[in-house]
Amino acid sequence: MTPIPARELMDKITQKRMQKHRLLAFLVMALVIAIIANIGIGSYGIPPLRLLAILGAQIGLDLPGSFSAQDEAIVLAIRLPRVFTGLGVGAGLALAGAALQGLFRNPLAEPGLVGVSAGAALAAVAMIVLGGGSFYIASFDLTPYALPLAAFGGGLLATALIHGLARRLPGDPVATMLLVGIAINAVAGAGIGIFQYASDDTQLRLLSFWLMGGLGHASWTATLPALVLITIGGITILSRAMALDAYLLGSAEAGHLGIKTQSLARVMIVATALMVGAAVAVSGIISFVGLVVPHLVRTIIGPDHRTVLPASALLGAFLMLMADLLARTLISPAELPIGLVTSALGGPAFLWLLFRYHSGRF
Amino acid sequence: MKKARFGFGIALHLMASMALLAPPALACNSEGQRVIALGGAVTEIVYALGAGDRLVAVDSTSRYPQAATKLPDVGYYRQLGAEGLLSLAPDLILADPGAGPPVVLQQVESTGVCIKRIAEAKGAASIGARVRDIAKALKREDAGRILADHLDARFVAIQKSHAAIGTKPRVLFLLSVAAGAPVAAGRNTHADEIIRMAGADNAVSFEGYKPLSPEATAAAVPGALLMMSHAVTEAGGKDTILTLPSIRFTPAGRNGQLIAMDGLLLLGFGPRTPDAITTLMDRLHGARHQPAAP
Repeated sequence: MTPIPARELMDKITQKRMQKHRLLAFLVMALVIAIIANIGIGSYGIPPLRLLAILGAQIGLDLPGSFSAQDEAIVLAIRLPRVFTGLGVGAGLALAGAALQGLFRNPLAEPGLVGVSAGAALAAVAMIVLGGGSFYIASFDLTPYALPLAAFGGGLLATALIHGLARRLPGDPVATMLLVGIAINAVAGAGIGIFQYASDDTQLRLLSFWLMGGLGHASWTATLPALVLITIGGITILSRAMALDAYLLGSAEAGHLGIKTQSLARVMIVATALMVGAAVAVSGIISFVGLVVPHLVRTIIGPDHRTVLPASALLGAFLMLMADLLARTLISPAELPIGLVTSALGGPAFLWLLFRYHSGRF
Repeated sequence: MKKARFGFGIALHLMASMALLAPPALACNSEGQRVIALGGAVTEIVYALGAGDRLVAVDSTSRYPQAATKLPDVGYYRQLGAEGLLSLAPDLILADPGAGPPVVLQQVESTGVCIKRIAEAKGAASIGARVRDIAKALKREDAGRILADHLDARFVAIQKSHAAIGTKPRVLFLLSVAAGAPVAAGRNTHADEIIRMAGADNAVSFEGYKPLSPEATAAAVPGALLMMSHAVTEAGGKDTILTLPSIRFTPAGRNGQLIAMDGLLLLGFGPRTPDAITTLMDRLHGARHQPAAP
């Protein structure tokens, strides 16, 4: 093998970096278009000019075009919270998936597979069936947040259990963590089944929403706290992209590079639980996004976490918004379950990418 | 860790203040000229009141009368979408208590659409009350009173005819027999009420709908099985169900007593409920014990 001249290597690195920047810029643009489309399009027709007038009025601009109070309410109370929920949930799930795949060094790791979503759903389901009444911490009335908080706590507990149990087992920690996660998943599934059996008619209806997932429940009261939690978790994960890159070499090697691997794992796991718990709290279990989006990104641009993490968040949000746009317009005035759309869209797209980028490499 | 804990504190504070940010709800102002009916029985009542022409959409459970199936369908009434409802520009939504999710109805309400939540169907008397409720929302009180009185009178007649029934048959309502495991209706279900209104006893006495083990099915000793027609078809027909191991040796199985009725007619708790009960009584007790026409 002839050594590559330094000049050529530098060119290659610059080229790769340009490529990464281009991808991120492209994703940002795509996401902005998706956001505009989601605010503008719906089964209730609001022409673009009227939409601009409504949005302008919120920041004190008096734009031409008149609108009714109902038009305004639809944009502000129904579409905007839904768009923000889709943004947060899509970005959060994809970012959590990317972080877990990096941490477990396993491309199959996913919030759904390692039991985090199931733990969150179990706690939420338990809260629906057993809860009721009011919850206070100090003087704050937390009743409307009991469900999201429970989901979040459940996600955290499941993650802690997986991490704690897997550490006590010999062998490849990554494999054991996945196996423990699968066991937790099964137990949480059984727990959900028991609560389903014990639930009454009304509770059962709420439960089925949680287990199917969807953005139709979006409202500012539920969305804003979830967005805050997802943002905190997201920043935590994004700021550790370099450490995750080092972790790809192996836990010991990362340690030699000066990474505190124990604390990295713990922070990552808490941050993913934070994001997944918050996402499940507002939208129920939406699978597929967390597993496939990071894969898509890695297939296109390679394993560098400084690109994979932000690109996953952007692509996750984009995919979620487009899926929701289809879910709420395709069979209007009725709606499709969003999980159906994400899988139906994402599956073939993923296959296409696999063949396009991997053909010739296998 | 520290970061996460700090963030959590912020989040709690934010959450506590968020409730104040919700936009103010618009007042509703209804003429009841563009109506969406959510729930099969609600739709039936609207038509029975002669207000079917004011409906702009119904939900997917509204399969009667025929005209309702021609209207736009907003989906299953428990899984509605806010914008889908609003796109039909309704000024009044008549909602069965099961309609939802509640958040979606609240969203629709906050845009200034009137939502009339109809009282729960529980007992024969509730049907008249539901009719009056809906009539009032549609401003057709007179038609409502006539229909409700007529229904109440028919229930009284049905009640009177119970005296002629000797031993009450034990009836087992099966919601489905998918995969051979029957799901039966216990107390506090619409099926239980219909069975008792038809002068029969429910063969099981637990609460709500529960899967029934083969032994529990035998122990219930049902004299007749009652099912919705579509559930019978889904399970592979009458003969398949009657020869299931858990059912074959019950009195109902031995005598081939499987009564299949249209689900909406049987459990809808709408204006056709007296018809459903008389049909069921006819099948259970024979024509002798028919209630007199009011």
